Amino acid sequence: MMIRAQNLTKLFGDFAAVKDISFEIKEGEIVAFLGPNGAGKTTTIKMLTTLLRPTSGSIEVDGLNPATQPNEVRKRFGIVFQDPSLDDELTALENMEMHAALFKVPRQTRSGRIEKLLTLFELWDRRREPVKRFSGGMRRRLEIARGLLHTPPLLFLDEPTLGLDPQTRNQLWLQLKKLNEEEHVTIFLTTHYMEEAERVAQRVVIIDGGRIIAQGTPEELKKQTSSQTLEQAFLVLTGSTIREEEASPADRMRRMAKMWRR
Amino acid sequence: MNVIYILWLRQLKRYSRSRARLIASLAQPLLYLLAMGYGLGPIFQRAGMGSYRDFITPGLVAMTLLFTAVFSGIELIMDRQFGFLKETLVAPVPRTWIILGRILGGATIACFQGLIFLGVSLIAGFRWHDLASLPVAFVFMILIGIVFSAIGSAIGSALTDAQGFQFVIGFLIMPLFFLSGAMFPLNGLPKALTILTRLDPLSYGVDALRHTLCGSEAIFGLPADFLVLSVVAALLLALSSWLFSRIQA
Repeated sequence: MMIRAQNLTKLFGDFAAVKDISFEIKEGEIVAFLGPNGAGKTTTIKMLTTLLRPTSGSIEVDGLNPATQPNEVRKRFGIVFQDPSLDDELTALENMEMHAALFKVPRQTRSGRIEKLLTLFELWDRRREPVKRFSGGMRRRLEIARGLLHTPPLLFLDEPTLGLDPQTRNQLWLQLKKLNEEEHVTIFLTTHYMEEAERVAQRVVIIDGGRIIAQGTPEELKKQTSSQTLEQAFLVLTGSTIREEEASPADRMRRMAKMWRR
Repeated sequence: MNVIYILWLRQLKRYSRSRARLIASLAQPLLYLLAMGYGLGPIFQRAGMGSYRDFITPGLVAMTLLFTAVFSGIELIMDRQFGFLKETLVAPVPRTWIILGRILGGATIACFQGLIFLGVSLIAGFRWHDLASLPVAFVFMILIGIVFSAIGSAIGSALTDAQGFQFVIGFLIMPLFFLSGAMFPLNGLPKALTILTRLDPLSYGVDALRHTLCGSEAIFGLPADFLVLSVVAALLLALSSWLFSRIQA
């Protein structure tokens, strides 16, 4: 088992972002973690990736406990965050090299691996340009390439295709499927594009209001709700009211920072 | 070790690519040097204290170090905003190395800026009294850089948003600067003020720089300056490392 989460709960004050959830992800699986805004997806990913400590419950990543062996767990996954996490002032190559050093990629394989990934994500020709000149799609591709640099057996993708055009999205999923088949990378992803989840994921876990309300293959979920598409099934399961998410302090700050940059 | 180096290098690369920052952080001490140095110079002279320009130059070197170092520490908040911080938080290395790399990077940049300012002050007519004591002055510049880069990093680790920024500048940096004796002699002050100046680590830095650059008598003495700054640096390194290791995203 690549991931095993049992009775996981995360409280922020008296607000429960995640309430007593349990699920398992097998090695080599592609699993889509779906839910409306504010359902608890990102909080769950943060707990799985050692960035947040659960209030209660247990997690195993590749048999290891993120709370007690964070650095061992960190070696085993790559992550593409929902928000950008590149250094804009550095070039694509420098971002990759920094990651290689931080994640202790052996020197002998370092440059070969960087070239392979930048080529795969079609960024090799622009490797010496600072990231601030990159488009949104290029940045996402670079983040994914970087997340794969230390050959992790597990990859977390938190809304990796947000804001990308259909061409880029299509490409990205093809490349990720290829990686899953060739390197048997387990992929745990979140997305708001249901057709994407339906296409790439072998299994779907749906979370709403901090609880897991359904899980299974896309086929099973469609059958269970007698729907034609996963999107319909999703709406049946989670209802069709719009969720308002309050802007977090981080969001507000980001907006302010953008203003100041001009 | 490699991790410390790569984060140190990152700070330097970012610094070398931002010319605006280089110039902006020299503008303030330069303004002080020209406006105060020449404006208050005659009064200072008449009081029998010698050249005010020469008196404040070491203080303004310390100012440059203080500002540059604290800001590069506080840059941590920027990294939080623009997301790069998370990349370092999921790295499978001790967080202490990461923060150490950042602090040393900030200290290095601060020293660069301090040296550049010293160069500029030569154009304005400042002359150091003895070439042989320059290396000693440089050692103190490094210490000052580490102390304030660590303070900035500690604040950057503890603060989660940029609103605290103004507060830090108003209530920490400016008082640290004014109480350090950069602009006025520290002897003969009222009792309360004297105590405050003794609590300011920058006082010891200014004291050492003024002694090594101008040859004036040190108030606390070089060994005491060195000891205080080293102990404060060690404590702050430990503090910022602890604060940084507690960050959850």
